[in-house]
This record gives sequence, structure tokens and C-alpha cells, in this order.
Amino acid sequence: MNISIEDQLGLISFEVDKEKHIKVETSICRQCVDKPCLRFCPSKRFTLEKGEIVHNYEGCLECGSCKFACPKGAVDFSYPRGGYGVYYKYG
Amino acid sequence: MSEKFDAIIVGAGPAGSAAAYSLAKMGFNVLMVERGKYPGAKNVMGGRMYAYALNRLIPDFWKEAPVERCVTREKLTLLSEKSSVTLDFQDNELLEPPNSFTILRAKFDQWFANKAVEAGATLIPNIRVDDLLWKDKRVVGIVAGTDKLEANVVIAADGAVSLMAEKAGLKKFLAKEFAIGMKEIIEFSGKTIEDRFNLASEEGAAQLFIGQCTKQIPGGAFIYTNKTSLSLGIVVYINQLIESKVEAYELMREFNSNPAIAKLIAGGKIVEYSAHVIPESSRTGLFTDGLLVVGDAAGLLVNSGITLMGMDMAIASGMAAAEAVKIAIGKNDFLKKSLSYYEYLLKNDFVLADMHTFKRSPKFLQNTRLYSLYPELACKLFHRLALVKGPKKRLFDEFLEETKGKKIQIIRDLIKGLRSL
Repeated sequence: MNISIEDQLGLISFEVDKEKHIKVETSICRQCVDKPCLRFCPSKRFTLEKGEIVHNYEGCLECGSCKFACPKGAVDFSYPRGGYGVYYKYG
Repeated sequence: MSEKFDAIIVGAGPAGSAAAYSLAKMGFNVLMVERGKYPGAKNVMGGRMYAYALNRLIPDFWKEAPVERCVTREKLTLLSEKSSVTLDFQDNELLEPPNSFTILRAKFDQWFANKAVEAGATLIPNIRVDDLLWKDKRVVGIVAGTDKLEANVVIAADGAVSLMAEKAGLKKFLAKEFAIGMKEIIEFSGKTIEDRFNLASEEGAAQLFIGQCTKQIPGGAFIYTNKTSLSLGIVVYINQLIESKVEAYELMREFNSNPAIAKLIAGGKIVEYSAHVIPESSRTGLFTDGLLVVGDAAGLLVNSGITLMGMDMAIASGMAAAEAVKIAIGKNDFLKKSLSYYEYLLKNDFVLADMHTFKRSPKFLQNTRLYSLYPELACKLFHRLALVKGPKKRLFDEFLEETKGKKIQIIRDLIKGLRSL
């Protein structure tokens, strides 16, 4: 079964908040050569646009990996406000 | 709300609900807050809970709880690119009394939290706890938005990424101590599942995979059979994932298309994708003045290679925390020394005893040969045994030939394995 991450995220229910729960200090990302966030995030929320790391908090599964897997400490992680974010039907 | 609670529990997962249920039964005034729309909304696990822990709290819980299937079939598969070797253990004695159940957490966690509510606990969903409330260097409650709520004790049951434990100075997050898990729920008819996994109705299978599925990164894959779906996923250590330059999501996709797996899931429909980090070896301080930490938040998890226990540990630790709170309320003393009774209880129960028994296991399980050399070796050996192309050799001679130059390494790993797992 080959299914893109976009289609995969389309199966999940989200209550999207206006407020970002994850903030990325992209000036730090510019110094980072490896950019592992492009690989470890299971919902591929980190992308590279014109050489800059962009984080899209919509579609975040709140797995917690970016809180400690970013080797440069560029990620300021918190959870979405109460009631917002992902809500699994199966889990 | 201006009342002061006996205990406030942050998080309505299994650890939180076990603590809330126990304390409510003891007659205490308990508040449980949950940031999701409902308990379980944010919760992910592979899919199996051992019955032992919850059965002590709610005897015969499976008669009313939304469990999926009782596992009677345990499989371990060593995968190479084109072939696989499977150990298939089938035992109906695992059915009576039930040893373990496959579970879907969104349903199960709602049921369990509701049991706590029926017992008298107050549950408020849709609340994110932003901070701990402190007074004279001890925890005296929680802060959520502009609300401040007070309690004699706060129990942090906020999961693998416990911001409460971090704020209390009890936890540091290190990538090398965590794994990342990804999972899909694939729907089938119950009959298809029973046919493909050779099961009677209500019976379930748990299949673990190691080898090619993680591209030699320490970790593994799993399939658990639910009533009308499969829980299928991958777990890898985050550090090694990063070093390997492999993309997490690609592992999930490639696992699905491995010939051994593709056959099992053909014709199914993916209905949900989920992911979460797992505290493989991330121990946390268990208590401080006015605060106890339970379940995944405390890193209470054991991976013995075959049995993976997390939810059971969560429930047992929630129960122990409740017991410690009861004693602390009796003494009206909520400082460290009084709350340390919680650790004493865990040491005398299976929770910290198992963690001690398997203390070498996280390190052993990071040995990359387990995920490359050995699955390959097993597959190649069975390939030699299965193939007929002229004169045959004895099993032992084939083994000697296949392991040429690797024997000392194999013996060393075997000894380490026997000491660790």
C-alpha cells in the first residue's frame, strides 16, 4: 500500500487552533547542516522551502519527537491548547 | 472552582485513571484533567495490554471493558528483503485466565476514565495544564490558563513527553533514550483476520518483526489483531534513525510493501495513522514535594525483547501512587520523605522489580547485529535447508558454513542476550 503522508493525515481528525503550539527558531536551522527534522518527524511537518526550514503545526500528531530530537535545540515544543490538535478515533 | 482537592491528576490515560479510580474508591476528592477532547484522544500504543495489572484493580475487567481480542498466538518473525523465518507459538492456556488483550486506546481509555468518574472522581477534558503551582518550593496544585487549582498532591500522568515532570526538575529529555513509533489501523472483516492469522473468533495474534523492516536500525515492527482491524506499525530508536539518514515515514511505507506483510494486509483499508515517542530507557525522578510521577511520564516501561510492557506498568504505578497518597493524607505530610513510600511500593511490586531484572535490555537491544546479521543469517540458513540443488548437507554443517568467521561474535552476543533478556 503506497499512500502519501498528505492522504494519511487526511484520515485523521484535527481541531486546528489559531495558535501555533510548536515554534521553530529558523535562524538556528540555517547553521544546521544535517537537518534531521526533515526525516524523523513521522508526519513530515518540517519541510525545506527555498533553503529554509518551515514547520507546519497543522497536521502535527503531537508525538513529541521534535522536543528532543532536534540536535540544535531550535524547537520550542508545547502541546496545543485544551481541546485542540489531533483526536484519534482508534488510537 | 475554589475548593482544594486531595489530589489533582494530570492526564486521563491508564496511569491517571488507575490513580483516580483508586483514590475515588478510597473516598478522596479527586480531580483528573485531560487536554484531549476525551480521554484517549491523544493516546497511541502498539496494541496489547497484559491483563495482570488491571485485573488486580477491576477483577474480570474484560467482561465489561472494550477489549479487542485475547492473544493466544505469539509470533516472532526475522525478516530479510525477500524471505522470512517465523517462530509461531500457539497456546490456548493464554485464554483462561486471559493473559493479554489487543486494545484500541481511544475506546479503552474512555471506558477506564469513566470507571474513575463512576467511582466519584471529577474528570474535566479540554484542559491543558500549563504549569505546576508552587508554594515554599513544593507543588501545591496546577495552573491552566488563568485558573489556579490547589491540591495536597499532584500526580503527573501526562505521558511520555511529561512537561509536568520536566517543570518539576525530575526529567531531562535525551534522544538516545527514546524510540519513535508509527502505526496504521487497517480495517478488515473479522473473518478475514481469523483466516489470515489462523485464529478462532475472539482470539488474537501478536506478531513482532525484526530485521529488514527497520533497515538495520535498532527497533522492530508489529502487527496486532483487533476485532475488525489490524494495528500495524514500526518502532525505531530516534538516535539511530537520525544517524542512518533514513526517513521515518518511509520505513512505514516500505514495511507495508515487504512481500511477507503485503500478503497479510492485501485488500484492507487504512482508517487511521498515528505516531508517538516511547520512553525506552528514559527514567524520571518518581516524586518530589507535593508531586508523584506515574506511567510513561516516569519512563516506566519494560522491553524484554518479547514482552513489551507499558500500559500494565502505568496501571500498577497509578495504583501505587494512590496508595502512597492515602498514607500521606493520613499523616498530613506531602513532602518527599512521606511520598517516597510510592517508590517503596513500586520496588515491592513487579514495576521496579521488572525494570531491575531487565536493566541491561535497552543497551543490548541497541546492538545493530540483532537487526542485520542475525535475521539475515536465519533467513540464509533456512534458505540452504529448503533448497534442493544436488547433494544435501547436514543442518550443523550448513550452520558452520553460514557462520564462518562470525562465531566468536555470535557466542558473545548470545551470552549478553541471555544476561539481558
